[in-house]
Formats: sequence, structure tokens, C-alpha cells
Amino acid sequence: MKILYFAWLRERVGLGEEDVTPPADIDTVARLVAWLGARSSGHAAAFAPTPDGRRLVRCAVNQDFAQPNSPVAPGDEIAFFPPVTGG
Amino acid sequence: MATIHVQQADFDLGAETAALTGGRTDIGGIGSFIGVVRGTAGGRDISDMTLEHYPGMTERAMMSIAETAEQRWFLQGCTLIHRVGLLRPGENIVLVLAAAPHRQAALEATAYLIDWLKTRAPFWKKERFSSGEARWVDAREEDDAAAARWGAL
Repeated sequence: MKILYFAWLRERVGLGEEDVTPPADIDTVARLVAWLGARSSGHAAAFAPTPDGRRLVRCAVNQDFAQPNSPVAPGDEIAFFPPVTGG
Repeated sequence: MATIHVQQADFDLGAETAALTGGRTDIGGIGSFIGVVRGTAGGRDISDMTLEHYPGMTERAMMSIAETAEQRWFLQGCTLIHRVGLLRPGENIVLVLAAAPHRQAALEATAYLIDWLKTRAPFWKKERFSSGEARWVDAREEDDAAAARWGAL
């Protein structure tokens, strides 16, 4: 699957995009976050929760907003980013 | 049919309004909103701002927001233009136009479009202060509340 990072997530991970092949049991956004977080210290910093447990990272699967329990599968385009600040 | 643009270049309100109306005579009013880069944040001077976006998803999200507004207010057309890249204080960031037979629909749809654009379209701002320090702008809870007052998207 193709993983995209935007804004400060891209800076912390050190990559804008990467192709990954997680094990078959990585089948939800939440499981993918846990798996990606173990790839490097940069990934870990990007996905670390805040001290008060707030969820800072947002996700889109195939360009639609997704939730932690949303399914992910091989071939998906999965993006991680902070809450949006356009307009 | 909505007109959606994500672009680095500035936009011209007059030209966009003319393109939206296109000589039609059934339009009664056009609501417009222009977002502009402020020169200060938290009392500090900003030298410039960089807008990043998610190509592909951005256009999809903008089209989805526009289609919802067109159906809800029976719009005769709408235009959403969002700039990306390096922008300086005083420059335009975003344009919203909504055309309808009557003013209430045009004005409400314009407010709806900018409220949802701020909370659902994947853009991110990074401010650079005159000191040289830069930071990503945090999302504001007030923006979520402003969008939520319209109900579900």
C-alpha cells in the first residue's frame, strides 16, 4: 500500500510518501498506525499521542476521510495528516 | 456545476463573477467570500505563509462540499478557488462564490461553503514569523463549531 504524509507528519517521518507491505493482520487504520510507528524514530514521533491522549493525526483511505476502525487493504492509498487548516 | 480550482496564481473577483454568471439573467444574487492572509498571529508579525495540500483528495473534497451546497440551496452555480504555495500578508487565499435566485440562499450557501472548506478540505498552513521561526497553524475548535452548525456534510 502507498502511504502519504502531509504537513508536520511529513517533516517528522522525513518522507512524503512510501510504499509498504504490512503483514495481513494489519487490516485497520489503527493497526496500520501502530505498525508504521515502529518503523523509525521519526515515525514514532509523528504518531505519538499527546500527553492528554488527544488524537492529533487524521487519516484518509483512498482520498476519503477515515476512522481508526476503517479497513485498509493492499493497493490502498492511505494518507496521514494533521487536522486541516485551509481557508 | 461547480467550478473548482487549486492554484498558485491569484484570482480576480470580477473575472470569476463574470465566468459564473456567463450572461445568465435568472440569477438574483451572488454571495462572495475572499479569505486574505493576515499580517499578524498572536501579536507577532508574519513574513509569509506556505499552503500545502493533498492533490487529488483536495479537489474531491471541494467538489463534494460544492455539490452538497448546490443541492441544499438550489444554487445556480458556485466557484471555489483555493491558492497554494507561498503567500504574503495581504494576498488572497481563497474565493467562494455562490449564485442563487435570491439573496438568502446565496449568502447562506457562501457561509456554508467557507465553513466546510476550512474543516474538510485537506490544506495546511505553515506561518513564518519575521523572526524567521516557522510553525504549522493549529486547527481551531471554533472552525469545527462553525461547520457543525450546518449539520452533517
